[in-house]
Amino acid sequence: MNVSRLATTALQYVFLGTAAFLSIFPFIWMVISSTNRSIDIIGGRTGIGDAFGTNVANFFAQVDVPLVFWNSTKLAVLATLLTIVVSSLAGYGFEMFRSKARDRIYALVLLTLMVPFAALMIPLFMMMARSGLINTHIAIMLPTIASAFIIFYFRQSTKAFQTELRDAAKVDGLKEWQIFLYIYIPVMRSTYAAAFVIVFMTNWNNYLWPLIVLQSNETKTITLVVSSLASAYYPDYGVVMIGTILATLPTLLVFFVMQRQFVQGMLGSVK
Amino acid sequence: MAAGKTGGLKRYYDLNGWLFVAPSLLLIAIFLVYPILRSLYLSFFSGKGMMMKFAGFGNVVRLWNDPVFFQALTNTVTFFIVQVPIMITLALMLASVLNNDKLKFIGFFRTAIFLPCVASLVAYSVLFKSMFSVDGVVNSALLAIGLISTPIGWLTEPFWAKVLVILAITWRWTGYNMIFYLAALQNVDKSIYEAAKIDGVPAWARFVYITVPMLKPVILFTTIISTIGTIQLFDEVYNLTEGRGGPANATLTLSLYIYNLTFRFMPSFGYAATISYVIVIMVALLSFLQFYAARDRS
Repeated sequence: MNVSRLATTALQYVFLGTAAFLSIFPFIWMVISSTNRSIDIIGGRTGIGDAFGTNVANFFAQVDVPLVFWNSTKLAVLATLLTIVVSSLAGYGFEMFRSKARDRIYALVLLTLMVPFAALMIPLFMMMARSGLINTHIAIMLPTIASAFIIFYFRQSTKAFQTELRDAAKVDGLKEWQIFLYIYIPVMRSTYAAAFVIVFMTNWNNYLWPLIVLQSNETKTITLVVSSLASAYYPDYGVVMIGTILATLPTLLVFFVMQRQFVQGMLGSVK
Repeated sequence: MAAGKTGGLKRYYDLNGWLFVAPSLLLIAIFLVYPILRSLYLSFFSGKGMMMKFAGFGNVVRLWNDPVFFQALTNTVTFFIVQVPIMITLALMLASVLNNDKLKFIGFFRTAIFLPCVASLVAYSVLFKSMFSVDGVVNSALLAIGLISTPIGWLTEPFWAKVLVILAITWRWTGYNMIFYLAALQNVDKSIYEAAKIDGVPAWARFVYITVPMLKPVILFTTIISTIGTIQLFDEVYNLTEGRGGPANATLTLSLYIYNLTFRFMPSFGYAATISYVIVIMVALLSFLQFYAARDRS
């Protein structure tokens, strides 16, 4: 009995250990490789090399790093803020002001979660081209602002918002928009934090739509730069690794600082 | 008088209700509803670039005779049929092991296994491409432990390229699914497991007869979102294969084919829109099937 119990425990550790190692390894690989020459990276070298300085210098020579980073940050932060404002208004609205018509519309909004982006991108591209918005960051943001998933998330979370607070505010003569601004937002700040983390990650990592719309070097994001560096005929993997580190660092940082909110944001839907 | 007052109040609240949801509805109408209908409309037109003429069901006929389309369809279906069950099983196993508080370093394991979710799809695809090169670190490791005797052409052989894509997606998304199961397991009463243990029910049977049925709604939810995600697979295959879906179209997915038809070659908007509707129909059909299969038979 005891032996089999011990064996089970050992097996569990081996299973978890293997999974954890495989999960972390690519990150370690990324850091080690950033110190190696391209030829060594492709050759599977696992030791730390001395090419880190060269790789960084080459990366900065090939890429306008401040501009690219600014593009990514500006896009991700702005799009995230807009998404959260617009979608939380809707989540609040759908939950607080129930009506038959709006409940039906809400069901339709949820249905749009299933719409594949591939079926939208051609008309969206034509629409942006006609409006002269190709190569602009506005074109990237516009289709992402109203997010069915975030509306859903806020509506679910609003169910926990105490209506007594709203009733009391109404007695005090606050208007509906004031209640939202001065009571709902502060009370729900952890919901907002979680939504921020999840939407920021999505926007920072956004790829296909920017790939279609952003065609000049002045507007490109870090994700696009990494992708184009890596798809060269003979990619310099040393340089590529610096790019992947820069592309991963902000999301990694956000994750470690706001781990709880991140998980909460992800799970928002299955409460 | 009283009736008139409540009527006015009702109208007032209804106006507020509409105001709160209006910005979202407007944006969804313009950037989601209009494009999806427009895609349907476009699918009845053929021609290159902006020169389009009405073609009726011409695109469907072209689809039917397009071997590349069928290849992309087969690849896409292969990916989700093989990958989703592997990933869901793996995630469930990890979650049920991690749900044991008595194990040490639980926090570390949980964070480590979840970490891939933070990687951008482009960044990890690029990392995988460098790790799976012919002389790369993965082949070296497999050779060293004697699992293979000659290096595998992960990026050059059609079969192994498919395996690589499946490995890559599994790496990226298993931890994501695991978190949903962990959260759900936290709500399952621990005493059920204790009782089963005392009755001598082995671990695998507890997993099959307690964990899986308890988590059925979450499993259904994650299966649906994973399937929808895999049907739309694009970033990974694009970045593993320089946008070609190679070798020999072995990793070409429907989304990548649509992208190539529209933005790489001379654009055939109408035909690409037709293919995008194949994805729409697949997603709708599969979601319906999964709901139907998992409905409560009471």
